[in-house]
Amino acid sequence: MSILIKNGFVVLPDKMVKADIHIEGSRIKRIAPHIDADADEVIDAAGLAVMAGLVDMHCHLREPGQEHKEDIESGAAAALRGGYTSVACMPNTLPVVDNAALVRYVAARGAEAGLCKVYPIAAATKGQKGAEITEMGFLKAAGAVAVSDDGRPIENSSVMRNALNYAKTQGVLLISHPEDVSLSAGCAVNEGYNSTISGLKGISRAAEEIMIARDIILAKTYDAPVHIAHVSTEGGVELIRQAKRRGVRVTAETCPHYFAATDDEILNYNTSAKINPPLREDSDVEAVIRGLADGTLDVIATDHAPHHVEEKTQEFDLAPFGTVGLETAFSVAYTYLVDCGDIELTKLSKLMSATPASLLGIGGGVLAEGALADIMIADLNESYVVDSRKFKSKGRNSVFEGWHLKGKVVCVIVDGEVKERS
Amino acid sequence: MKRKDLLGLRDISADEIMTILDMGKEMRARLDANEAGTELKGKTVATLFYENSTRTRVSFEKAARCLGAQTTGITAQASSVQKGESLIDTGKTLQSLLTDAIVIRHPSSGAPHFLAKNIDIPVINGGDGTNEHPTQALLDMLTVYRAFGDFRGLKVVIAGDIKHSRVARSNIWGLKKLGAEITLVAPETLLPAASSRLGCEVSYNLEEAVCGANVIIALRLQLERQTAGLFPSAAEYHRYYGITDRILHKADAGVLLMHPGPINRGLEVSGAAADGECSVILDQVTNGVAVRMAVLKLLCAAAY
Repeated sequence: MSILIKNGFVVLPDKMVKADIHIEGSRIKRIAPHIDADADEVIDAAGLAVMAGLVDMHCHLREPGQEHKEDIESGAAAALRGGYTSVACMPNTLPVVDNAALVRYVAARGAEAGLCKVYPIAAATKGQKGAEITEMGFLKAAGAVAVSDDGRPIENSSVMRNALNYAKTQGVLLISHPEDVSLSAGCAVNEGYNSTISGLKGISRAAEEIMIARDIILAKTYDAPVHIAHVSTEGGVELIRQAKRRGVRVTAETCPHYFAATDDEILNYNTSAKINPPLREDSDVEAVIRGLADGTLDVIATDHAPHHVEEKTQEFDLAPFGTVGLETAFSVAYTYLVDCGDIELTKLSKLMSATPASLLGIGGGVLAEGALADIMIADLNESYVVDSRKFKSKGRNSVFEGWHLKGKVVCVIVDGEVKERS
Repeated sequence: MKRKDLLGLRDISADEIMTILDMGKEMRARLDANEAGTELKGKTVATLFYENSTRTRVSFEKAARCLGAQTTGITAQASSVQKGESLIDTGKTLQSLLTDAIVIRHPSSGAPHFLAKNIDIPVINGGDGTNEHPTQALLDMLTVYRAFGDFRGLKVVIAGDIKHSRVARSNIWGLKKLGAEITLVAPETLLPAASSRLGCEVSYNLEEAVCGANVIIALRLQLERQTAGLFPSAAEYHRYYGITDRILHKADAGVLLMHPGPINRGLEVSGAAADGECSVILDQVTNGVAVRMAVLKLLCAAAY
């Protein structure tokens, strides 16, 4: 199978060029201004951006156990629709993915679906109970690309120390969910003016920042890598910036909703805007964008968190946390980071493809001769209104419902095969 | 009044509040004269209470009957809510039972808004979480209105657990819209996160804050707040934040002492102050019936 992509604006690691891309089998054979080659399929990408397929290092596909919210097939379909060629899914399922058999199950279900590539993240502690570390060697051998107790923090600092040191030993990335639950338990939204005037219980920024600070201190003390999930606060960004300056082995991600939305979204008690960590204020949004621009934040992940419509159609306090994100992430990032001039498209490609691929060690994430042909093509001039009824995801809980976004994914190629086209 | 629901005083205009208060005044006169009304004859008002309440529920029921309506009382403890029925399903069922308005009390902030969005009949917020309790604030305001005739320039002190108080929030929105000056008094642990951004003075010192006050609203302090670590003991709280005769003497000579009830005597207010000549706590209760009559009449009339 060979594909020739003609006349696109190709987003390379350091520049954008008008070029053709020739794909043979699962790999990129050539990138050059004009390629005349026989191909089974020719894609006319005139006026379109051709980028490395997106890589999400943080999503929730809910399988096994909560297939009413999402399953691996529907989640992978949503990912493809959003331009993702690889996703890594969190282990807070029922049961928790904390043993090699379950890691193989998730990977096998992803392969069966045959859509985008699905990589399992395994738990860092058994049952995500925060007490005993998991068999990280076996988990990695079975296909886990990282370990995390995401959904909850590893509260006990001694356990966190051991998890970091053992993950370092096994060469597996530990992703921390930074939250001091003694400050956040029972709360629903950001603590501030909007929590005060809505009567919704506020989660202090300190709940996030205390744990980021602790993780940084542990990473520094033991020279162990740590990846901080879903950074949402100005103070969190600053802690990470300082730590990087001091050489601490910390990397970090944020999510589209933390640089595009504020807690104004909760004022009408919209449960799709109930997210953990919560949507913050303008000053945090600005700090997150600065953090992405200056390299403090390494990755944009989705934290795609689908829920059944009935679970979100409840009193605000009772509704579960999370917004879906796979099908909107690129458009939100393009609209709120690139189109408004804060960052370059090449930089966005690093944040959404190259860096997460490299952190997970899965390859791909860049367009280069010889690289895997994981590619997405987007029309950067097309605007649309988000309509969750059209989602491939089972989750309809999008905080971006009804938003006008720019930049639409039109074609996705995984391992040299066209998997999505519109 | 052109609105389906009464969900809070944050999203209501000063004119609408005055419409309710003026009608509330008429209703109070009617209550004092023991005149029965028939405006809502043939209508049914349901009280849907997911939290314990005596005075608010009884007050709404009394108000509905004083206008000739029938009442249906549903509590979460004795209904299909116990069987897992959702709030929307319960609301739709009540609507199908030909109910004309629902008064809801719920521990979750925003629950009345959620219900109102999903059903067609008027929803009245009878207290939601730590968000609002609009009819309590309206009855407080009716009490002030009847005593002073105006709100502009009045000094109002709201003292106590502001953080958890829906009564405080509704009073802040309502009284500010009508021109009163408000001072919130509490230890920082019992103030909400953005207390300084509400357009009120904020003070830790009750003795200073009450100087020249025309109205003092004491808030109920739940004893659970002590085990949660928000104040150290009842004795210390009463010493610094309890309303006593000593505090009342520092206020304006004609000060009104109000309290939404039920009172913890000796905690947020001393027994002597609660029973003293500044206290209008029992007058508030009667005004509660009057103002709820006004709200029911205005909303049910608008609906038909």
